[in-house]
Amino acid sequence: MSKDDRRIDTSRPPGAGAHLQSGNPTLLLHEEHDLCPGCGEPLALRVLLEVIAELACTERAIGVIGIGCYTALTSMMDVDRIQALHGRAPSVATGAKRMQPDALLFTLQGDGDMVNEGLQEVIHTAARGENVTCILLNNGVFGETGGHMTATTVVGQRTKNTLDGRDAAAHGHPIRIGDMLASLEGTAYAARGAVTNAAEVSRTRRMLKRAFETQLAGRGFSFVEVLTMCPTGWFVPTAEGPDYMDRVMTPVHRIGELKS
Amino acid sequence: MTRRLMEGSEAIAEAGIAAGCRFFAGYPMTPFTEVLEHFARRLPETGGACINAESELEAIGMAWGALSTGARAATGSTGQGLALMQESLSEITRSELPLVVFHMARGQGDYNQATRGGGHGDYHHLVLAPIDIREATELTQLAFHLADRWRNPVVIYGDYLLAHTAEAVTIDALAFGDLPAKDWAVDGSRGGTGRSRNVNPLGMQAGARGIDPESDWRRLQAKHEEMAATEARWEALFVEDADLVVVAFGTVARFARHAVKALRSEGIAVGLVRPITLWPFPAEAVARAAEGARRVAVLEQNAGQMIDDVRLAVLGRTAVVSIGEISTDPAGFGIGDLLDPDNVRQRIEAALALPEGRA
Amino acid sequence: MSHPDGRGTVTIAADRCKGCELCIPACPPRVLRMSGVRNAQGFDVPELIPGCTGCGACALVCPDFCFEVFQYGERAPAPERP
Repeated sequence: MSKDDRRIDTSRPPGAGAHLQSGNPTLLLHEEHDLCPGCGEPLALRVLLEVIAELACTERAIGVIGIGCYTALTSMMDVDRIQALHGRAPSVATGAKRMQPDALLFTLQGDGDMVNEGLQEVIHTAARGENVTCILLNNGVFGETGGHMTATTVVGQRTKNTLDGRDAAAHGHPIRIGDMLASLEGTAYAARGAVTNAAEVSRTRRMLKRAFETQLAGRGFSFVEVLTMCPTGWFVPTAEGPDYMDRVMTPVHRIGELKS
Repeated sequence: MTRRLMEGSEAIAEAGIAAGCRFFAGYPMTPFTEVLEHFARRLPETGGACINAESELEAIGMAWGALSTGARAATGSTGQGLALMQESLSEITRSELPLVVFHMARGQGDYNQATRGGGHGDYHHLVLAPIDIREATELTQLAFHLADRWRNPVVIYGDYLLAHTAEAVTIDALAFGDLPAKDWAVDGSRGGTGRSRNVNPLGMQAGARGIDPESDWRRLQAKHEEMAATEARWEALFVEDADLVVVAFGTVARFARHAVKALRSEGIAVGLVRPITLWPFPAEAVARAAEGARRVAVLEQNAGQMIDDVRLAVLGRTAVVSIGEISTDPAGFGIGDLLDPDNVRQRIEAALALPEGRA
Repeated sequence: MSHPDGRGTVTIAADRCKGCELCIPACPPRVLRMSGVRNAQGFDVPELIPGCTGCGACALVCPDFCFEVFQYGERAPAPERP
């Protein structure tokens, strides 16, 4: 029997007899953004907003936003937030949490922001065991400024200023920030996820939930690193972003719970 | 509070707490360290929080976060530490946050840093320079009020002498009038309403999709111009008929005031203008005092920084001369030979003896 | 409950789609395919053929929030939590 491959009208919802199984997060103010086709960052934003609502923290969440491509997404987030400088979200989150200890404080930062400019901020915040959750969107490049190498860029990875691939002799080695933070006593939860496919997105979602639960229980610093596709920065077609992630990024920045 | 002997650092911290400061973060550096020590000891006793930050940048960041929730918060350092904080100072000003900064300088060489700023873009801070510990306790409380009134950082310019000498002071909580509610502060509660708040340096309002930096920066400019027009403070002594007007600020002005009073009591027509706000600089007061005078003599403990503001105020109508200089101790903390009543008096007398003319 | 199109279906906000094609391999029953039709932005957009199970995988992987996912029949009650 030949497969039924007639095109179904997807321009409007089905009528009675169907229920919505998965809609956009209630905390998503609008859906349009100018980030590149195939960018993984909005996928992380989606599950972040879902988890905040699921944990009934809509009216107690404060996000501290770093500077990178994802900054443009913050107008879509219906949570109270503070715009910080490049690298400096963890200290801002610390001060806010000390004054609002019942709030759910999270930072949202890229790898250039957190692991380059702001490396000492996140390490000190973790070492101090601050009850905040730092969230890293790691794509191994400075996306917003044109795709140059960061401290997490993988050896061999081609970027705007390592066109022949990052060379350990010339450029050193990447920092596995999730693993580094997991080694600190002040860190109560650390995990690294990805958004390459639905299963990984769901797994990342669970990591975010556990991180927030750690904060709500007052157990100390929590950290979730989310590997996100950047086909523009990686010089690959959008459809090949997930495969590039699997081949190049995740062998170095390993997915999983690093500390719990 | 009963009157008791307190070193300047402690008195400043107590004044901050009397003003309702609930958060402080700082990094140790001479001569600021004791301000941090006193806040660290006292804030937890009052229900606030103090963090010994791992760097100056993190200290100001922590204050930024505390301020964003609507709490009164402060940080501080000396010139070198303030140098590290410049990007944050600029962006905190653009975010319209009421930060109070205790700049305990090593002398007066940080005047330009405090009044011009080393951060990016067009911005201004109110800068208050106390002459002694009693005034420092009043200006500290005023600083928290003005910071909230204008939603703008306010700097207290102190120094080693102020921080490390002791005076008998009483710190009574001062009232400065009502302030509007902080309807911009974030505590999480606006999440999910469609009108969640965003404390940001781009003027983005709730629900805004794009940014318009030109409009926002011009709006800040208008605010700063209003501050400049209304917040200048100064002390003027014997200027109505002064032949020579001395201009000095901070602890150095204490020596100048002493010398000016002594010379006046001997019949010499000398006067003093002491800027209390370094920004806005009391240009009109200096110009008025200079009008009938033969010369203006600027006494400052640096290579010549405030003298530029004096020259701008006077605009060539009266001769302006520097009678100050770099003067410090072997550790570079600013306790130099200039801080001596006889030395200062001799410099003023030398200026009085100068012949007519521009010099 | 059976429906000729499958156990579920989706709506696709095609005007927002940027043609990244991440949804195509993400769909377990492989009922999404690129249509060859371009939207106003010039991107090729996906279309749906019968067999959707309403699993929601496409919605999870779409960077532009284009998918809303539906299942036919009554919503199943939430499982009892231990």
